[in-house]
Amino acid sequence: MSYLTLDRVSHYYFSKKQYTEALHNISFSVKKNEFISLLGPSGCGKSTLLSLISGMLQPAEGNILVNGKKIEGSDLEIGYMLQQDYLFPWKNIIDNVLIGPRIRKRQPEDLKQRAIALLEEVGLENVADKYPNELSGGMRQRAALIRTLITEPEILLLDEPFSALDFQTKLKLEVLVADLLKAYQKTAILVTHDIGEAISMSDRIILMSSHPGAIEKVYDVPVELRNESPFMARKHPKYSRLFDKIWADLDQQKDTVKPLEEDAYERP
Amino acid sequence: MNGPKLFALYQQKLKKEAKIVLTWQLSILILFFALWETASRFYWIDPLLFSSPSRVFSSIWSRLLEGSLLSHIQITLLETILGFLIGTIAGIIIASMLWSFHRFAKVMDPYLVVFNAMPKVALGPILIVALGPGYLSIIAMGFIISVIVTTLVVFAAFNEVDQNYLKVLRSFEATKWQCFKEAVFPASLPAIISTLKVNVGLSWVGVIVGEYLVSKQGLGYLIIYGFQVFDFTLVMSSLVIIAILAAIMYKTVEKIEQMLIRK
Repeated sequence: MSYLTLDRVSHYYFSKKQYTEALHNISFSVKKNEFISLLGPSGCGKSTLLSLISGMLQPAEGNILVNGKKIEGSDLEIGYMLQQDYLFPWKNIIDNVLIGPRIRKRQPEDLKQRAIALLEEVGLENVADKYPNELSGGMRQRAALIRTLITEPEILLLDEPFSALDFQTKLKLEVLVADLLKAYQKTAILVTHDIGEAISMSDRIILMSSHPGAIEKVYDVPVELRNESPFMARKHPKYSRLFDKIWADLDQQKDTVKPLEEDAYERP
Repeated sequence: MNGPKLFALYQQKLKKEAKIVLTWQLSILILFFALWETASRFYWIDPLLFSSPSRVFSSIWSRLLEGSLLSHIQITLLETILGFLIGTIAGIIIASMLWSFHRFAKVMDPYLVVFNAMPKVALGPILIVALGPGYLSIIAMGFIISVIVTTLVVFAAFNEVDQNYLKVLRSFEATKWQCFKEAVFPASLPAIISTLKVNVGLSWVGVIVGEYLVSKQGLGYLIIYGFQVFDFTLVMSSLVIIAILAAIMYKTVEKIEQMLIRK
């Protein structure tokens, strides 16, 4: 039973002199509580795809459906996490975390308590009144995660949220996010160019090719890896087998691909 | 182990540095006035044209006692502050409108460029005709000279705000106004403050020129009057007062900056 469905989605970017096809005929579906990774080189339109799913962009062609209904106008809550935390430097942490409910004008009495509890759950005690520049990169990204979760989104879109962090912080955060998503039963789509991250976190991996962005191959992550935490999964023998397979496929793809334009499709 | 000791040394060094800088600053000031006074006394410069510090300060003092200077200062200061405030606020409002309506910004672009390039004081006579030879024209001059620059600088700052902040807000389905209030405006605050600083200088230019043209009162009027009756001590006195007032206004803006922007 599919929850989120992309049906022959294509998207274009226009400039004065030319147009570029960013996404070509993308179709896939996501089950409820599933964790999907979109893996691919830069310029494969991963971020565009997330913007489309979030409803910030409308697809030029094709449909995006949730429970069989068009996503536009549905009051489905979607959480979006970016490469960097983008906490507002002029707001303290608690105000940053509560920005979502404030914008939606939904602020029940106990929300602040809930926010503080959530912050503590991710190991951020006594930071409510601190400002983002007083926190380390990992702490900031955790605060950004709580900002995303506090609105109780049903689908989480993660746009390389760990790519700006050092390796140790990144691993810890991967474990944390995996645990939280499992505990709160969220559906998630992760965009990444890190093969290891994709394997250790997700149930399914969609490998994309670029120019234009299209689905190249889909891998099911073995059940043994899915049930492990990202940290333990990396030690599993099946992990390296899948890693090698994806690596080989990516390698082959790179030979046939035109030289990359710097993030041409990532930033509309 | 040596932490506290080294820190104390570092603090001493900082204090010493601050002292040296202050000493130099004061020396330059004193040297300037001393040189001016001497040059005037020994007729290296014509004391009739360039006056001297002693005459300037005694003139300021006597006019202060007599009370006439204070009302001149009040009027000019009021005009400048009003011109400054109206120009700055209007500039920010126009910039916000340009940001909200993309097409409006595109349509207005050539007009803003022309108006910005134009020497605003050239509009003086027209202002006087339109608003009458009084406060209104002078305040309008202070306003008109700062409003376009403010608009352009603030609008540019609005457009430079990192799009990802807006993406965060849009993921919560923020409206355009909410995006402006939560991200665009606060992120542009440093740029807005720096235009405030520029505008302090600009509105003084506008008001003094305005007073040259029309007024019967104010520091600009004193300068022109002094010039006409060949009383250059009066001209120099007014300049000294303007310098002091403009510096105070600038420092006030700096204080506001420190209050508004967390470092």
